[in-house]
Amino acid sequence: MSWLRGLWALTVREIKKWLKDPVLLLVTVVQPFVWMAFFGKSMNIGGLLSGLPPGMAESVMGTAFGTSDYFSYMAIGMISFTAMFTTMFTGMSIVWDRRLGFLNKVLSTPVPRGAIVLSKVLNSAIRSIFQATVIFTIALFLGLRLSPSFSPVNVLLVYGAIFLFCVGISFIFLTITLRATKIEAPMAFVNLINLPLMFASNVFFPTSMMPDWIKAIARVNPVTYLTDACRQLTVWTTDYHALAVDFAYLGTFAAVLSAIGILLAMRYLSR
Amino acid sequence: MTDVVIAEGLTRVFNGLVAVDHISFTVKEGEIFGFLGPNGAGKTTTINMLTTVIRPTEGRASILGYDIVRQADMVRKVIGVVPQEYTADEDLTGYENVMLCADLYGIPRDEARRRAEELLELVELSKFRDKRVETYSGGMRRRLELACGLINRPRVLFLDEPTLGLDVQTRVTIWEYIRRLKEEYGMTLFLTTHYLEEADMLCDRIAIIDRGRIVSMGNPGDLKKSLGGDIITLKVREDGDATDVIRGVENVREVRRENGGYWIKTELGRSTLPVILERLRAAGFTVTKVSLTEPTLNDVYLSYTGRSLRDSAESPENFRRHMITLRRARG
Repeated sequence: MSWLRGLWALTVREIKKWLKDPVLLLVTVVQPFVWMAFFGKSMNIGGLLSGLPPGMAESVMGTAFGTSDYFSYMAIGMISFTAMFTTMFTGMSIVWDRRLGFLNKVLSTPVPRGAIVLSKVLNSAIRSIFQATVIFTIALFLGLRLSPSFSPVNVLLVYGAIFLFCVGISFIFLTITLRATKIEAPMAFVNLINLPLMFASNVFFPTSMMPDWIKAIARVNPVTYLTDACRQLTVWTTDYHALAVDFAYLGTFAAVLSAIGILLAMRYLSR
Repeated sequence: MTDVVIAEGLTRVFNGLVAVDHISFTVKEGEIFGFLGPNGAGKTTTINMLTTVIRPTEGRASILGYDIVRQADMVRKVIGVVPQEYTADEDLTGYENVMLCADLYGIPRDEARRRAEELLELVELSKFRDKRVETYSGGMRRRLELACGLINRPRVLFLDEPTLGLDVQTRVTIWEYIRRLKEEYGMTLFLTTHYLEEADMLCDRIAIIDRGRIVSMGNPGDLKKSLGGDIITLKVREDGDATDVIRGVENVREVRRENGGYWIKTELGRSTLPVILERLRAAGFTVTKVSLTEPTLNDVYLSYTGRSLRDSAESPENFRRHMITLRRARG
């Protein structure tokens, strides 16, 4: 019970900090909009195929992307793109807590060590889910084409997938930064891995056309599974087998990393 | 009086560097015990060990009988901590910050609300309770930290550099709050400081810590006395030698003629001086000038460490923390 109290208090603190910064909040909304409007609309892949005989273009688009236009494909990719970035940065915010002395203060209270890291994880999941909702809504306005199999319940499943993804990713970053006193090295690490994670996945382009070595990376990359699950539930006609695989992978990813993360937190937070 | 804090051979090594080197001491119930030393002497490391934030490499310590390693959870419940840094969240209000602390201790909501009001009242922040902390001055922030540290009604309160970066006036106010905690609530207080006046004015007993070791311990008065007493200098109008007259006064240890006057080393200078003046008059001497100098804690510090407290080495990590705190203290 008091376990939950502490966890809840720390999570609410993070959320409040986020909500009380209007600029930050605005950027989290505007940024995906800018990406979708400029990147999504300028990469007019459908237009490239417009010289083909009638019906051909749609069929090529359908085989390659599973959607009738590139925008619908890419807009859903934006959800995992945003979730990944948000989660990386919130995971690292423990460095700030350490630098400003807040972490030491919390460590001197009876709050369970696990709750300290879990609050960061929950925070990243809540933020990502909020952002996903914003992206989805904006995309609908910009002309996202939903598949006939879409139903509003699917949104909840999308949230579930995002949650599992965020748990795994934020534990990775928490583990990296658990003992760090400076933000520079973890930041450099984020910059190093975000592009490979992004492009060695199906976020912007189907993996089927990539060279084998990138495919191999994409196959273990959790971003691929999150993106696939989100598309299965929104713009594609749901393939339940594939969806089950996505959730199984994301679930295992989250479970394994949270087990490792909590163990390390218990060890390293009481140095 | 019982011993509330007991440390035996407490040691902490960071990557081969000994930050705290086998220190032992006890803090008695209801006293203000101070750790005096320069930055980097091991004061914060000691507080971090006693407040269960880091573990000792060697040695042991207990608070109210609870071992700081094996019974860390019990220790955390009975202590309050006011860290050196301003840890309150700038984006939240004073009230929200105190409530957050209450949540960390799992204090029931209703009770927490009552205590938060009461504590904000105590540190005179009630008027600003709904203002964001970023609008607070250094003194207000320090008082807010104090309120947070008291939310669980601790029996022992740890304060790390409680007046770092504050101006003299604000510092005096903070001292008053600290004294009230001792006098009205019978709380035991453990504080660290590198301000001599703070240790002198506030603490019942102090330990002088230098390079991770306690070099001397006792109440500020005794420590000063241990240096061999006070210095009186005086001048008389007459030409005769008054040395023997002065030497005959009780408590006087040493008399020298110097610069046309007398240099006297004595114990209990304040009560000995009037006796000296009286004897001199009786012997027909007219005193024209007199001064009394009592040793300061800096003299004590100097005699034990060979350095003045002002100039001492500092680790980059501590320095950075200090700078952050100083910046915020100046609001």
